[in-house]
Amino acid sequence: MNDLKAKVKDLFESGAINLFIGYEEGTRRPRPLFVKNAEETNKLVFDDRCSGNLAVYLTRKDLIGGKKVGIAASYYALKSINQLVSENQLSDEWLRVIGLSADGKLLEFGSLAEVSEYLKTASAPPKQNEDELVRQIEAMTMEERWQFWSDELSKCFKCYACRAACPMCYCTKCIVEVNRPQWIQPWATTLSNMEWQINRVMHMAGRCSDCGSCGEACPLGIPIHLLTHKMSETVAANFGQNGDDKGNVLSTFKPEDKENFIL
Amino acid sequence: MERKYISDESLKTFINQLNDEGRHVYAPVAKGEKTEFERVKSFDKISLDHIQTTQSIKAVAFPRTEKLFSYTKNKGDVTLEDYNPDLIPEMVVFGLHPCDAAGFKPLSNIFNWGTPDVPFNERRRRTTLIAMSCTQSDEFCFCTSVNGGPGNTAGSDILLTPIKDKNGYLVEVVSEKGQELVSKYAGLFGEAPDVDKEAYLAKLSRKFSLDDLRGKISHMFESEVWKKQSERCLGCGACAFVCPTCACFDIQEDTKGSKGNRLRCWDSCGFSLFTFHTSGHNPREVQSQRWRQRLLHKFSYMPERLSVVGCTGCGRCSRACPVDMNISDHLAEIADLSVVTTEKEK
Amino acid sequence: MSNEFEPKIVAFVCNWCTYAGADLTGTSRIKYASNVKIVRFPCTGRIDFMLLLKAFANGSDGVIVSGCHPNDCHYTSGNFHARRRWILFRSLLDFLGIDIRRIQFSWVSAAEGAKWADIVNTTVTNIRELGPYTEYRRASSFLEANEADLSKEMEVTHE
Repeated sequence: MNDLKAKVKDLFESGAINLFIGYEEGTRRPRPLFVKNAEETNKLVFDDRCSGNLAVYLTRKDLIGGKKVGIAASYYALKSINQLVSENQLSDEWLRVIGLSADGKLLEFGSLAEVSEYLKTASAPPKQNEDELVRQIEAMTMEERWQFWSDELSKCFKCYACRAACPMCYCTKCIVEVNRPQWIQPWATTLSNMEWQINRVMHMAGRCSDCGSCGEACPLGIPIHLLTHKMSETVAANFGQNGDDKGNVLSTFKPEDKENFIL
Repeated sequence: MERKYISDESLKTFINQLNDEGRHVYAPVAKGEKTEFERVKSFDKISLDHIQTTQSIKAVAFPRTEKLFSYTKNKGDVTLEDYNPDLIPEMVVFGLHPCDAAGFKPLSNIFNWGTPDVPFNERRRRTTLIAMSCTQSDEFCFCTSVNGGPGNTAGSDILLTPIKDKNGYLVEVVSEKGQELVSKYAGLFGEAPDVDKEAYLAKLSRKFSLDDLRGKISHMFESEVWKKQSERCLGCGACAFVCPTCACFDIQEDTKGSKGNRLRCWDSCGFSLFTFHTSGHNPREVQSQRWRQRLLHKFSYMPERLSVVGCTGCGRCSRACPVDMNISDHLAEIADLSVVTTEKEK
Repeated sequence: MSNEFEPKIVAFVCNWCTYAGADLTGTSRIKYASNVKIVRFPCTGRIDFMLLLKAFANGSDGVIVSGCHPNDCHYTSGNFHARRRWILFRSLLDFLGIDIRRIQFSWVSAAEGAKWADIVNTTVTNIRELGPYTEYRRASSFLEANEADLSKEMEVTHE
């Protein structure tokens, strides 16, 4: 931890950054912190309790516009950063990334390309819990699955915390805010809640880092991160773990893509 | 205020009988790690040892989606079907805490500011609140900082305080509505025990002085504080939706062919869409302005216009926040400011 | 008229292949089930997945999505993109418990009038066996009985 403080302090003092997005101790667990100068770095913490994906702030122009930014990135935040790079949202000109390895060591990246290189060999933290829950749902009958998700999504009051907490949800106008045509009813009902999640997850397909911040953000504890987790599995099973280098899974194709349901 | 006693067993009978006579009883029910208000048909399902439900109970009077009226168009004629209050059942909310009961006052003042709101008032009229004093609290609770308290009777029709050593509850009959119920089931209530109620309540120290806060916040529109406090805010609506006093709503149209419904559904000042104009202009362009609105509305505009503070200290917004925007910390910071600096002065 | 359930089916088809194919079915005087309502799109790539859900919410019991065979797309690759989309969409719907047996995907070229008739007939038979898709519709008409459903929404979960 002192490593991080010292490192970030150096970055401030050398003028490499003038804003650092990290974590500080919060009420019950660490929360995001915006550090503006070398003195404030003593509040920083960075360990495996730091779960919220900080990459979500990297597309917030009102917070980072015109600044030289450093960021503390968990494994999943690195994946999100990598994806945002491929979507032309980030640039080496203003972003410095500090990662955390599985054994708790700081990773200093000289460039965003190095993040990409690192991810090619780094293994994702295990998601046994999610895997287990997804298997349980798959084992249900169709009727049981419908009942399960209807019950869960009937709770949703459309606060859109799932969208707000997601680094990939950076559209300035979300599909739920489009009303000509009104694709999804803006009021909270079971079906429109479900349709919102279907849209969210489809828009995440192949872009999602599988960090689970959506589910963690849900104030009602609806396990919506299982939808994105399942989607990540489906994408990997059909189009490979890393998709294609040439673009996102849904904006590209291969003539030899396999399916078994088209007559 | 009349004081009585009810035993654990009689309370069970009381609530079960209220259900049996056809009232909809809403009470906290534990589900996994969360506790939520649900309609219960048997006392046994009710949670009595949670600290706070995730959502407030405001939905009994202000549902998250409500049909205001419906219409049918037929060759230039329009047939209206107005809001029908007769469909609203008699409701009892049991086991809400004093901070929730207190929340109905600000809600009511909002919905009766100018034109009285029929759906809200009709629902509120049919709702009886049997609240439960708090014997425990957590680090998010701050009712004592906003004129409330773990045994505050304001807003409740009946307030129960658990008296563990007497295997029952001290009953405070606060309103006429409460009196009616107690009289109807007089056999279940006994003589009030001679106890010091305070001794049975949770102990909450004040986190800030409301007077200090209000004295400062009303002059802080231009302050630099908002930007700093709101940095980590993600701009979701979780805080507003779990809040017992947030009353902002959107009006929507649900149409299908020649028929339609006019709906009212919850909205939140945390959303950028909330103030987005058709022209494309947004007067609250960035999150710091939305955060400012949230706090100023609750602690400046509402006290000034509606004579009531728009916060009961339940702490739900802080518990629900994905990035720990702990409201009492932020309010304490403002209350403790020695000099209010504006962005320009900075 | 028999009392047998007559499914309502919406077909989303591309202009260049399947729509022309369906036209050929007609001009070839091949008879086929009349349960289908055809909606013409420029390309399968244009068929938003929300359209399928809207069809179910608005009374459709089954949906057909059809376009040009791989490599035959008028716009070169619209159907390849669509294929990827359907692979993921289908898996997601299945995971949510939405009945994917009610969605039939097919490639029907402008020359395959007989195949189109066959696809429609098969789909109608399948959907007739499955019966009306009430679950999805019920979820969509939440406001019809306002008060009962509101209290259900308040209850959050079922006993």
